[in-house]
Amino acid sequence: MAWYVGRRFLQLIPVFLGATLLIYAMVFLLPGDPILALGGDRGISDALAERLRERYNLDKPFLVQYLLYLKGIFSLDFGITFSGEEVIEVMKRVFPVTFQLAVMALLFEGVFGIGFGLLAGLRKGKLFDSTALVVSLIVIAVPTFVIGFVMQFVVGVKLGWLPPTVGSDVNFKTLLMPAIVLGAVSFAYVLRLTRTSVAENLTADYVRTATAKGVSRARVINVHVLRNSLIPVVTFLGADLGSLMAGAIITEGIFNINGVGGTLYRAIIQGQAPTVVSLTTVLVIVYILSNLLVDLLYAVLDPRIRYA
Amino acid sequence: MPETPTRPDQQHFFAQLDETPVGVVDSVDESAAPASVWKDAWHQLRRRPMFWVATLLIAVIVVVALFPQWFTSVDPKACDLSNSSLPPSAGHPFGFNFQGCDIYARTIYGARPSVTVGVLTTVVVVLIGAVVGAIAGFYGKWFDSILSRVTDIFFAIPFVLAAIVIMSVLYNQRGILTVVIVLGVFGWPQIARITRGAVLSVKNSDFVTAAKALGASRASTLVRHIMPNSAAPIIVYATVALGTFIVAEATLSFLGIGLPQSVVSWGGDISDAQRRLRANPVELFYPAAALALTVLSFIMMGDVVRDALDPKARKR
Repeated sequence: MAWYVGRRFLQLIPVFLGATLLIYAMVFLLPGDPILALGGDRGISDALAERLRERYNLDKPFLVQYLLYLKGIFSLDFGITFSGEEVIEVMKRVFPVTFQLAVMALLFEGVFGIGFGLLAGLRKGKLFDSTALVVSLIVIAVPTFVIGFVMQFVVGVKLGWLPPTVGSDVNFKTLLMPAIVLGAVSFAYVLRLTRTSVAENLTADYVRTATAKGVSRARVINVHVLRNSLIPVVTFLGADLGSLMAGAIITEGIFNINGVGGTLYRAIIQGQAPTVVSLTTVLVIVYILSNLLVDLLYAVLDPRIRYA
Repeated sequence: MPETPTRPDQQHFFAQLDETPVGVVDSVDESAAPASVWKDAWHQLRRRPMFWVATLLIAVIVVVALFPQWFTSVDPKACDLSNSSLPPSAGHPFGFNFQGCDIYARTIYGARPSVTVGVLTTVVVVLIGAVVGAIAGFYGKWFDSILSRVTDIFFAIPFVLAAIVIMSVLYNQRGILTVVIVLGVFGWPQIARITRGAVLSVKNSDFVTAAKALGASRASTLVRHIMPNSAAPIIVYATVALGTFIVAEATLSFLGIGLPQSVVSWGGDISDAQRRLRANPVELFYPAAALALTVLSFIMMGDVVRDALDPKARKR
């Protein structure tokens, strides 16, 4: 097991280097001059542009820029944004917000997805099952931003049950609706996954054996069926944490949340390369680590899988 | 003949030669066409109403995308501000948006860019993914190591995030082709993984060994024997992915970095309508519903095809 974990960590190194290089190249090699864009319509004097380029290492060849950036990362120096703030300070400010949002979304999709999925799986082919399937298909098909607007309008503005925007006021109540919107699509996937898994395990031999030896139905479902059905679901949820944080860019835009997504979006529009690369890099690391965690969880949950 | 049991409670568990019913074996029609996965799946599909609903929807959407002029004679770009936010009237069943454009015409014409992006991106993604995955799975060794790591790198960068970064840089070159390339470049890793897995599981089958023994070259073994037998999971994933690419395009257009304003698209219209959601919710409803219906029909299709191709899921 330790060997496996070690090998997986070693495999992360090329992925990490490749991913950061790719992001860096995407931001730098493509057309557009961020320094000139900084001046807007009024333009910027040559001397100032020169100084700014030097300050942000933009005057050096691409690979040197990248290596300098990489060197910075390992000493936890993520560069400076164009407004003069340390990128790491920005990250300290925005990551907790997005993390809280993503965890709430994960809890929402986990609890409701597994709950409804279990009920649907136990009633396969009945009315509840068909309804759940149709609803989940619709949720998957409607884009997140449409769900976001409609909920914001109906729940936030029309009914006034929850605050329609978040802004600087970050707490459970304000984040509740954004979290539901963010987790909506994954909720539908979790529901379908749990349903299929439960329905399949219900016909398994060990369930018949358990029933035959007189185990109560509640125990058969809770212990035998559910535990085995949750293996694919838990792995999905683990991998989803990373994608939720990355996917928050839309949700944070709609609900005006000052998290990673909102900051990232503004940085992209302004061509703030260090900020974009740093935030994206951290998102990529979260994504890679959550995938690693999932692989390890697999081994814990499923005794049939052993990593030598 | 084996020995007869020595004790009365002992039993023998092998069929004696004269007990083997050969009639059934003899009656197998050897000249009959061999049952294939695809034929089997088609028999299965024909009986599912979901399949016909999805087929009908996709057919309608494709016809609308190809020939929007059959469905409306109104020009989607002919907007008259004096019609701003007018309710439905004769010849304009969905009413007008804020700019005074006919919502029905825009919804009809919006199908083409969405479907084009979805189909082209799927083609690009399947081409890259299947080639990379097949080579990695079939040739193995260092091919596999390198290609799998490259796949991991692209997989590690969240898809929408990468698309947003590139599209914002390519802001002035926005167009259907740009969106297709950007979505294609970052959408292939999943297909590559699926293909690699499928190829690996088929690679050691008897029929592959047989092809080799008959002198087939490695390349032709891969193309003629392994790929056709690995196609099922790729097709299922591609069908569902087509829907998600349409959503991705709409998301980019919604963020203002997808298709340019000059292209009539559902994403762009939703983005415009969202600002006036309170005043005129209808403006958001029609493009959103059209988009959802399109995505839904492809996901439904993927669902039923998967059920049909997976014999394990079928026996209930």
